[in-house]
Amino acid sequence: MATITEVEIGRVVGTSVKRKEDLKLLTGRAQYVDDIQVPGMLWMEVVRSPYAHARIGAIDLSAATKAPGVIAAFSGADLADDWQASLPTAWVPTEDTNHPNHRPLAVDKSRFVGEGIAVVVAETREQAKDAAELVAVDYEPLKPVVDAQRALEEGAPLVHEEFGTNRCYTWKLSAGEVDRLFAEAPVTVTERYRQQRLIPNALEPRGCIAQPSPATGEFTLVSSTQVPHVARTTLALVTGIPEARLRVVAPDVGGGFGSKLNVYAEEALVLDLARRLGRPIKWIEERSEGYLATIHGRDMAQEIELAATEEGRITAVRARLTVNMGAWLQLVTAGTPLLGAWLYCGAYDLEGYELECTGVFTTTMSTDAYRGAGRPEATYAIERAVDALARKLGMDRVEIRRLNFLSEFPATIVSGLQVDSGDFEAHLNRALEMLDYEALRREQSSRRERGDPRQLGIGFSTYLEMCGLAPSRILGAIRYGAGGWDAAQVRIMPTGTAQVIIGTSPHGQGHVTTFSQIAADGLGLAVEEVEVLHGDTAVAPLGMDTYGSRSLAVGGVAVWHACERVVEKARQIAAHKLGAAAGDLEYEAGTFTASDGGTVTVKEAAFAAWTAHDLPEGMEPGLESTCVYDPPNFSWPSGTHIAVVEVDTETGAVDLARYVAVDDVGRVINPEIVEGQVQGGIAQGAAQALWEEAVHDEDGNLLTGSMVSYLVPSAVELPSFEIDRTETPSPTNPLGVKGVGETGTIASTAAVMNAVIDALEPFGITEIDMPASPERVWRAIQEAKR
Amino acid sequence: MIPAPFDYEVAGSVEEAVELLGAREDAKLLAGGHSLLPLMKLRFARPAVLVDIGRLEELRYVRDAGDRLAIGALSRHRDLQTDPLLQEHCPIVSYTAGLVGDPQVRHRGTIGGSVAHGDPASDLPTVLVTLDAELVVRGPGGERTVPAGEFFRGVFETALGPQDVLAEIRVPKLGESGWSYVKFNRRAQDWATVAVAAVVNGGARIALTSMGPTPVRARTAEEAFAAGGAEAAAAVADEGSDPPSDTAATADYRRHLARVLTRRAIEEAVSRR
Repeated sequence: MATITEVEIGRVVGTSVKRKEDLKLLTGRAQYVDDIQVPGMLWMEVVRSPYAHARIGAIDLSAATKAPGVIAAFSGADLADDWQASLPTAWVPTEDTNHPNHRPLAVDKSRFVGEGIAVVVAETREQAKDAAELVAVDYEPLKPVVDAQRALEEGAPLVHEEFGTNRCYTWKLSAGEVDRLFAEAPVTVTERYRQQRLIPNALEPRGCIAQPSPATGEFTLVSSTQVPHVARTTLALVTGIPEARLRVVAPDVGGGFGSKLNVYAEEALVLDLARRLGRPIKWIEERSEGYLATIHGRDMAQEIELAATEEGRITAVRARLTVNMGAWLQLVTAGTPLLGAWLYCGAYDLEGYELECTGVFTTTMSTDAYRGAGRPEATYAIERAVDALARKLGMDRVEIRRLNFLSEFPATIVSGLQVDSGDFEAHLNRALEMLDYEALRREQSSRRERGDPRQLGIGFSTYLEMCGLAPSRILGAIRYGAGGWDAAQVRIMPTGTAQVIIGTSPHGQGHVTTFSQIAADGLGLAVEEVEVLHGDTAVAPLGMDTYGSRSLAVGGVAVWHACERVVEKARQIAAHKLGAAAGDLEYEAGTFTASDGGTVTVKEAAFAAWTAHDLPEGMEPGLESTCVYDPPNFSWPSGTHIAVVEVDTETGAVDLARYVAVDDVGRVINPEIVEGQVQGGIAQGAAQALWEEAVHDEDGNLLTGSMVSYLVPSAVELPSFEIDRTETPSPTNPLGVKGVGETGTIASTAAVMNAVIDALEPFGITEIDMPASPERVWRAIQEAKR
Repeated sequence: MIPAPFDYEVAGSVEEAVELLGAREDAKLLAGGHSLLPLMKLRFARPAVLVDIGRLEELRYVRDAGDRLAIGALSRHRDLQTDPLLQEHCPIVSYTAGLVGDPQVRHRGTIGGSVAHGDPASDLPTVLVTLDAELVVRGPGGERTVPAGEFFRGVFETALGPQDVLAEIRVPKLGESGWSYVKFNRRAQDWATVAVAAVVNGGARIALTSMGPTPVRARTAEEAFAAGGAEAAAAVADEGSDPPSDTAATADYRRHLARVLTRRAIEEAVSRR
């Protein structure tokens, strides 16, 4: 048997191989949806509601239909009978969850600004856009409700009248004797935080093309999506197109951050219109359209309480979440906050845990998974609350964390899950060393003493997260609607190069490079001899796609196991050719060696396998294998992030001066790619702390509907991050990998805000809503001075 | 992303541009396109015809004109940023041009376009008001000169008539005067939340960005400076302004910023004398 100890890891794995993807991306030769033209293609334009909440009256399509180039126009009512099911929701958290029927175009009411009301199809994009302006809709405006807590009040306007409430669900988790622990605790803190709404802003907007084959009834959907496999299954249900006749292709995809971990109205619409009109239909989102009608992230009110001893030992945590889910349940809208529901204990060893999460409908665009999805919110709450407790006890921020760390692994956390591995002291100590903590605290004291207008703050976030979604059995237990496995097919071709077909769907992460490295080591080939194919359900029929930092920890392990199986078959062939027993062959880097010195390479075995002239008795021709891998556990990255900010107390401006991050993401396949993920993640999390916020007015209009008013920071606003790693390989998979796509975002928001609050300690300020804009900081200082 | 339909004409000279502007209702001049085209793509602006003067190289220059420098209206921000005459004699213009937008904007956008657009959040108009610059306008009735202080009339409103072309901007040589432009924004490429321009030589000339529908000349602060220096000027810097409230900042906070930044601008200008 080829076992893991025989097959070498570390020849190519662990090195910063240059990204195979970059040549085409950097030279403008990538193929995004918008680069794809199909003969006979028509363009779709969506007429969107200008009202957050309005009853839809008569829709007059006649002028649009007569406009130049227009082929057809349809209202929501016109298409209502085409839908065989609601747009999909993968996670309905409780049995009594209110789950509305979500049609691709609204029929009775508009429930957010930007909801699709009608579609126009024309020969060119410009004609479709011009004609859409001619669609006349009678709206009867209704009272909107934008805020989740207001939506729960008596008499609030109902987003979905049929439920008689705006409450979608309430989900609870508890462990240990929480009430007793709080009653007996000599010290408690209660904190309230606001996770503002964010807008994901993938560089490439969404877009899709549906191409029908009227003669065969087959359809191909090309979409800028993270989830071609999920889209195929669910869109088959929505449209009634048989799943086996629906091919979904994710071409080059320019980022997602969760916003393309979804199945959208426009994808269903182009398929339906292609079916009705028998011609290919294309739709490309405009940026301002994306701000309105692509999912938003976060938007949660949090209350967190900690019970602790006088020495600072935390015994229990209690958290209550009220989540603004927007108008509809998109793919993971309801479940997103629950992805963090086990993590309100952070990296700490507690005895009691209680969490209650209520999802609420409002007349806004749906929120859904956005980089980190539930875990940044959880990390923020516990890391801020630990600081609050330290403040109350007069303890150092570092010491309180050390005192409470989980220290033996595998560790069962109080919420009930098992952490695979970790060494929290190791990353904390390394980060402190890089920071020179003592010197910074001295500088901080001297600025405080002299009343310097530029105050210094140091903020910690010692996070623990769960990723690598996910063991299917656990997903079933929490009512998730799909499995958490992933698949890989590995084939060595007759001439010795390999195809690796993966079920995850990269959109910037570098899977082609990383998975080539795994297969190169797994098969004893060069990285250049491995081709990685993905993102097309006709090529890679099996897969669960890319989100939740799962691709490496699930899909990468599937590649590894498929390689093992291929090498094992090659061993049987090599033994047959060498006249030796398979178990007697030595194997190293693609070559089997018999005790007499005779050798057969994996490539030679492949040629023999495909010619099949002389195979062992009963062996099937070919050298390929498929693995569908279901992880036995989540994987558990952890780390220490430290932010240093300077606050200009005259203007309130916060300057992120330094940022130290030491992460343990398990074994690293490609250090440079990992560093890229960490860098981007930190920037995105820091952006929540200091810059980004989706603001609606009382009527439900998005006031921050462009990159002018929605502040995505650029490199200029950020320092050069100081990054290092520690490594405790995950024992649950043979590669020892954990996942790194979201760690930066999960950790950094809390670190930056803890630093801002630390800087303002001389003023007695303990809370500022995010983002900590200059005006908010200035106002807090003014308030404190009163 | 996709503008409403429009016609497009290329002007071969300023005279032809004036003529083309008069030939059609709803004609708009196109220079660098960095203010107008975004508005058109959002369909907030829907001109019937664009008259493109972007190729008139004769309007792209910086020349020595005795005690003044003459700047062609089609000079790109990047031209101003790197121009040796401006750097030597009126560095506040070079410096401020380098704060406009991002490198792409600075390579395409023009000073004339920025001034003619009349956005009170723009940087260069405030500097021109501070400098008492002269704006040379060519229209159907020939050429006229408008003082910068009289040019800006309201949000996106200027002294330019529908057929006028802003041709040249004349700024004084600053000699020994100290200068400063302090811009406060959240991201480097953003418009100013508030900015303050100051030129100090014995007395002070001060103007504010984003503190009203036009650049605001802070006369009260200038008088206070003469009597009591930077602190005194800062204390009254927002007098006579009418700042907006929007998602970037409330009016109150803008007033506060104007005071803090005025002190900083004066101190910096004084240090540069």
